[in-house]
Amino acid sequence: MTRTREPESKSKTSSPSSSSTGMKLIVPLQGVVQGRGGILLGSLIPCALFYFFQLYLKKRRRSNDKHPSSNPPSPSSSFPELPRTPSRSNLSSRGSLTGVRLSRLATTISDDDSAYYVGLNRASRDPYHKLTNPDGIIQLGLSDNTLSLDLIGDWMRKWGSGGDDGLSINGIATYQAFDGVDELKLALSDFMHQVMGGSVHFDTSNMVLTAGATPAIEILSFCLADHGNAFLVPTPYYPGFDRDVRWRPGVDLIPVHCRSADNFNLSMTALEQAYSQARKRGVKVRGILVSNPSNPVGNMLTQDMLYNLIDFAEDKNIHLIVDEVFAGSTYGSEKFVSIAEILESDSEYIDKRRIHIIYGLSKDLALAGFRVGVIYSFNKNVLATARKLCRFSSISAPTQRLVTSMLSDKKFIQDYFETNRNRMRQVHHEFVDALSKLGIKCAKSSGGMFCWADMSGLIKPYSEKGELELWEKFMSIAKINITPGSACHCIEPGWFRICFTTMSLEEIPLVIERIRRVVEVCKSSS
Amino acid sequence: MGLKIEQQQHQQTCVELSKIAISNTHGEDSPYFAGWKVYDENPYDEFTNPSGVIQMGLAENQVSFDLLEKYLEEHRETKGASGTSFKENALFQDYHGLKSFRSAMASFMGEIRGNRVKFDPDRIVLTAGATAANELLTFILANSGDALLVPTPYYPGFDRDLRWRTGVNIVPIHCDSSNNFQITEQALESAYKDAESMGYRVRGILITNPSNPLGITIQRSVLELLLDFVTKKNIHLVSDEIYSGSVFSSSEFVSVAEVLESRNYKNSAERVHIVYSLSKDLGLPGFRVGTIYSYNDKVVTTARRMSSFTLISSQTQNLLASMLSNKSFTKSYIKINRERLNKRYQMIIEGLKSAGIECLKGNAGLFCWMNLSPLLENKTSRESELELWNAILREVKLNISPGSSCHCLEPGWFRVCFANMSENTLKIALERIRKFMERIRSQQ
Repeated sequence: MTRTREPESKSKTSSPSSSSTGMKLIVPLQGVVQGRGGILLGSLIPCALFYFFQLYLKKRRRSNDKHPSSNPPSPSSSFPELPRTPSRSNLSSRGSLTGVRLSRLATTISDDDSAYYVGLNRASRDPYHKLTNPDGIIQLGLSDNTLSLDLIGDWMRKWGSGGDDGLSINGIATYQAFDGVDELKLALSDFMHQVMGGSVHFDTSNMVLTAGATPAIEILSFCLADHGNAFLVPTPYYPGFDRDVRWRPGVDLIPVHCRSADNFNLSMTALEQAYSQARKRGVKVRGILVSNPSNPVGNMLTQDMLYNLIDFAEDKNIHLIVDEVFAGSTYGSEKFVSIAEILESDSEYIDKRRIHIIYGLSKDLALAGFRVGVIYSFNKNVLATARKLCRFSSISAPTQRLVTSMLSDKKFIQDYFETNRNRMRQVHHEFVDALSKLGIKCAKSSGGMFCWADMSGLIKPYSEKGELELWEKFMSIAKINITPGSACHCIEPGWFRICFTTMSLEEIPLVIERIRRVVEVCKSSS
Repeated sequence: MGLKIEQQQHQQTCVELSKIAISNTHGEDSPYFAGWKVYDENPYDEFTNPSGVIQMGLAENQVSFDLLEKYLEEHRETKGASGTSFKENALFQDYHGLKSFRSAMASFMGEIRGNRVKFDPDRIVLTAGATAANELLTFILANSGDALLVPTPYYPGFDRDLRWRTGVNIVPIHCDSSNNFQITEQALESAYKDAESMGYRVRGILITNPSNPLGITIQRSVLELLLDFVTKKNIHLVSDEIYSGSVFSSSEFVSVAEVLESRNYKNSAERVHIVYSLSKDLGLPGFRVGTIYSYNDKVVTTARRMSSFTLISSQTQNLLASMLSNKSFTKSYIKINRERLNKRYQMIIEGLKSAGIECLKGNAGLFCWMNLSPLLENKTSRESELELWNAILREVKLNISPGSSCHCLEPGWFRVCFANMSENTLKIALERIRKFMERIRSQQ
């Protein structure tokens, strides 16, 4: 289901493949035999030996060996350990041939060389700084918002360590409720009420707090689906979902492809098709996962679409997870409609137990470092399980206290939102405008922290390979880290996610200039 | 709007949840947790509820809280810092964690071990608590269906932390009172064979040193034995050392890190991983600060990536970094904390002795391992132990942890925590126990 990525950049995996380990045995033998038998015997004999060796080792394998991966050799073994499976990934889990082994999951994770992570790593090793490293890589691949951090800084300076209670650790050193203290839940309920348009009431007893939205998504996945089941997810989608849903919960993500012709809006036909195809393959679909406002496109789900999704979920008796982390980061003219609003107004006919909302403060309040996430659910059983699971991902107590204090400062929150919205709107407008002057059009968006830019005209060939070559050009020539659409599972090559909230208005020309370098290189080579 | 009202009326079954959601591997139905519920419903308070249940089932360290509070008060300016650093702090969510904090943790861990061994900050992976660290390591070292060997008795939470989401099994290494519950080679081999006969592949051994619930440090010779065993079997060794700073006498704790050092890290290092946390030694469980220290590069890289699900707040990292790097503070804290814990330990041992109760001779931790087997009607019966536990909970109004919930094979042992209350409360608890024992003796 996922497109395999082969980014041009150096990946972290460097282990030999099974065939090359086999070669280590064959080549010397070949040399020995080549003296008399010639090339034919020289290759036949070692290959035969290799084959029989494999058979011999297979017989020695224990009968209760359930796993396809190879056994660690006992130190008394006098044979070099030959790989028993052709799987490259199994081999790379061993440092040396006789090293202690890690789990299959560990191998998957350490082998993860998606462009999303590779880009973040490269950018962090040579980070741009206006004064100290002006030729460094500009990070436009992380949806962080620094536009209004000065306001946060001011608040922290005034209240972050002061006040009579201040940051006293009295009462917060001991074990707290793992799913969050009541004061913070109340403050968040209020905050979400404001953010979601002022028309929804959030009940604190339906909330489970987690150390960021990342574990919130993972925990929900553990609650709603079994290993091997699947969620339907519209593409392009946030690369992090692959980690949050697949890694440990082992739930698959089935893409529901959206197209530029529809401005990447979800089509119910495509959803139905994806569902029935999955059914035919024998895959159990347990839910739909959507982000609204969408990451990476930045468009929003209309009220009609939300109702359609609810109907669909009801019809198939599956769950609907709506990730609304960007709900407060809107800058367009469209009004954001939370699914909670629909449920509040139309609760009589909808089984709310299948609807779950993800929220957090990393985007809307730029507090990614503080790790504040929310699972909001109407399902008592999900809440009960999530409460037990969030002991692995609880919010640090002093942070709960600090954030409660910040959220309770209503005037500050209001100021922050107004200022931030204006700044986002400005930067977005300027940047998209500047891009279009370079011939790069962006999808229509009204929320989120990024532009979804169409660079398909610059790639050659019109394929994932071409797209990744362009990505590499951005990294090495323009020295900008942006996220290629393939990392987001976009079906159309050439689209890139560019975050605009880490640039000030003044920095736009610099970024545009760098992008121009690449555009020119591409145009001159075509 | 297309609402299918007729469909709704027909729909009897609610939408399904996962097997994990339905299972009870979270273990919260065990007596260990049931006792807490009884306590929650009727918690002791010196003034408002003097006849309530005294919580002696929670291993929390409240004896040195004042030292922390004093430090933080005095260093308020650094805590607050400038708005700029807070500004950067707010955004900082790199799973590598703040370098200054990792260095501080490395320094503190070294300090606890008398600086007999040094820790490399780049091998430290931060997690939101040791609970998450243990689970994370299990995900990395073992596949679902594999097994970890764990010496009994062990912390009841392991049943959940190591097994629930990971699907990994725990096979016990049985220890008994005949040799003060020490791990023997025989027990190790036996456990390994047990796992094999159940069709599990053993991936590692997880020990807690000092031990919870025993309250004793593991001897160097046993650590050597363990290292040899895991090397021979080519498996991992996880040493949960969260109580390392709570050893009453600093010379009595030997960390597996020290044994590795003395072997010049040859041959064994990549299979060894240490778990640490500030929840016990520093009494800051609410802060959710845990670490994995691994000598295996791949484990470090993988654990870092996986730690995205359990990051420590950057504010907390910032708050604690300077405190933990302050050598004069940490030296003094560790020393005073040890002394106070020792004092509490002596108090409870004396109190129990005068009530006619023996305990395992302990030298660490926030609890003692109490032997009530003489009181059992049937000395080999787990039910007998639970009856006694229930009586103590409901009549004596003390929540203590029965050995069976720690998988102890010998009935009659109980874990009793002594550091999560004031000295006064402890005296009252001891008084209640004394009266209970008197009642029992007069009935016999």
